[in-house]
Amino acid sequence: MRRLILIAVPYLWLVALFLIPFLIVLKISLSDVALARPPYFPQLDLAEGWAGIKAFLSELDFENFVFLSTDDLYWKAYLSSLQIAVVSTLLTLLVAYPIAYAMARAADEWRPTLLMLVILPFWTSFLIRVYSWMGILSTEGVLNRFLMWTGIISEPLILLNTKIAVYIGIVYTYLPFMILPIYSALEKLDESLLEAAEDLGCSRLQAFWLITFPLSRNGIVAGCFLVFIPAIGEFVIPSLLGGSGTLMIGKVLWEEFFSNRDWPVASAVAIILLLILIIPIILFQRNEQKAREAGR
Amino acid sequence: MASAPRSSGIKHASTAFAPWEDPDAKPLIQFKNVTKKFGDFTAIDDLTIDIYQREFFALLGPSGCGKTTLMRMLAGFENPTRGQILLGGQDIVAVPPNKRPVNMMFQSYALFPHLSVWDNIAFGLRRDKLDQDKIEERVAEMLRLTRLEQFAKRKPHQISGGQRQRVALARSLAKAPKLLLLDEPLGALDKKLRNETQFELMDIQEKTGTTFVIVTHDQEEAMTVASRVAVMDHGKMIQVDTPAGIYEAPNSVYVADFIGDVNIVEGNATVQGDRVHISFAEGADPIITAFDQPISDGQRVSYAIRPEKISVDREPLADRANHVRGKIEDIGYLGDVSTYHVRLPSGGLISALMTNSRRLARRDFTWDDEVWLSWTDTAGVLLTK
Repeated sequence: MRRLILIAVPYLWLVALFLIPFLIVLKISLSDVALARPPYFPQLDLAEGWAGIKAFLSELDFENFVFLSTDDLYWKAYLSSLQIAVVSTLLTLLVAYPIAYAMARAADEWRPTLLMLVILPFWTSFLIRVYSWMGILSTEGVLNRFLMWTGIISEPLILLNTKIAVYIGIVYTYLPFMILPIYSALEKLDESLLEAAEDLGCSRLQAFWLITFPLSRNGIVAGCFLVFIPAIGEFVIPSLLGGSGTLMIGKVLWEEFFSNRDWPVASAVAIILLLILIIPIILFQRNEQKAREAGR
Repeated sequence: MASAPRSSGIKHASTAFAPWEDPDAKPLIQFKNVTKKFGDFTAIDDLTIDIYQREFFALLGPSGCGKTTLMRMLAGFENPTRGQILLGGQDIVAVPPNKRPVNMMFQSYALFPHLSVWDNIAFGLRRDKLDQDKIEERVAEMLRLTRLEQFAKRKPHQISGGQRQRVALARSLAKAPKLLLLDEPLGALDKKLRNETQFELMDIQEKTGTTFVIVTHDQEEAMTVASRVAVMDHGKMIQVDTPAGIYEAPNSVYVADFIGDVNIVEGNATVQGDRVHISFAEGADPIITAFDQPISDGQRVSYAIRPEKISVDREPLADRANHVRGKIEDIGYLGDVSTYHVRLPSGGLISALMTNSRRLARRDFTWDDEVWLSWTDTAGVLLTK
């Protein structure tokens, strides 16, 4: 009995904080927009009993989902989000891997400090950090002024309100999520494996590709999902750094909810986003499972 | 510096394989005045040694004696601070590990966890860019040699410790190195498996004709497998000799004490003809022994005698030169043999080993019995350092 209660607690949390909100959003996505409070119809009226539930269910339809497929804005937004998420995940990986590698190779007494430095940015508000990137990337920003002062460029670069700024923002924000799993995979790597590879005729570089890289694969996969999944629905970074030209589903969602007050369509957008994300989330879970099973 | 054959008449094992005694033999490996320092710490101290082709050479010593450093210098993972290392006459100090015809079996085995047994063994062959047929042939041969055929497709974590050890061996032998280095190869195995594997190792060494250099802290292992044993301490080789030579003719108290059980008696020497008399205690007869190094009268010396060389009897044995009376203080019964700890009137304790040729119930001696210990004048070794 006690075990049952113990197991039930996390499931109750999941039901209360995930399943019920999800069902509410799903219900709203099947409703129609209405000039009312809340701004959708139908509402479930339990006072009318069974007939009320029946009437309520008959009012639900997939109209909003059909609408999403007819207006190409949404498809473009989804595709653009996917593309931005994929590119920025790869960029994050490129930046994070050398950092994680250097950390794992650093002397033992340095590692806690380095780990601390990676986590340190979390101590400042995320919003403030993104705002400061606006200051860095704008036309009169720190970066442009510095580059012009050194004479590398004569005209200021236009960075803010472009996709590049979004990439920079995402890479910067999610870097720790990529570094940490890769670091923990590399840290476990037995030094003698590399010596064995060298002993058997590998150059240092070959040993890296044949031993280090495959053995850090689980860390890479975990890091990529940890960046990709939140990046695809990212709202703050594209709206602050990406300007109006950058189409991302998070921004579309926000506009549907707050500018259009079209909760049913916004909910439908959210449901589709969730469906898109479920595939990578399942893949991520399977990777973790496999890593655990192969755990030595 | 192999010690010269002793006057006590121990001839080194069989003379069938002893290239170190042949002045014309060309050594495969030569260390010439090699010193290795890590900061202030001297791991290897001006060491010179020749190792010959087809030898099974054991480096034996306590941890921190430099044996692992010596091996890692052979593999190329460490470079000497001073001195030369020659392989087949060529200086290999500047050659990186991946270019040396030397392979190593690591203490942790260092099997690649993401590769199957087959791929682990093929790893080195693939680096040589051999044809696929050649690789398959060679891997199959190695699997057969180490009796791993049915495990070829498994990953390292799916096989037992003993099998992993054999994979590591197969992988390091696959490239047919001129020299195979084994770093505590049997350390992770339990005793029974270790004994079996020792003989397997010797068998494989004989079949492949590879020169083996093994690092171990287990003296029994070194004695079993090696053609020669080097006893190391503080970065120096104290003695290099055949297992029998090391055991029967140690050149120092350190070596005598490190290998096997030994009684060490200290005393003052008096030379009488071709024998030395060692007086070790007031009122006790001196120990008479042969000797093979210059001894001056009154010199303080150590006398080492192995327990199994001493006979325990009711009466002194007339044909032995040395007799001591004592009282049995303790008996260690090991089944096949018993160790008797005998307290001498002078206070010293001598252990003697006797085979239990009779059943236990009919044993001659028991605790507190007065007995005589007897041994010949060539049974022990006189040591001056």
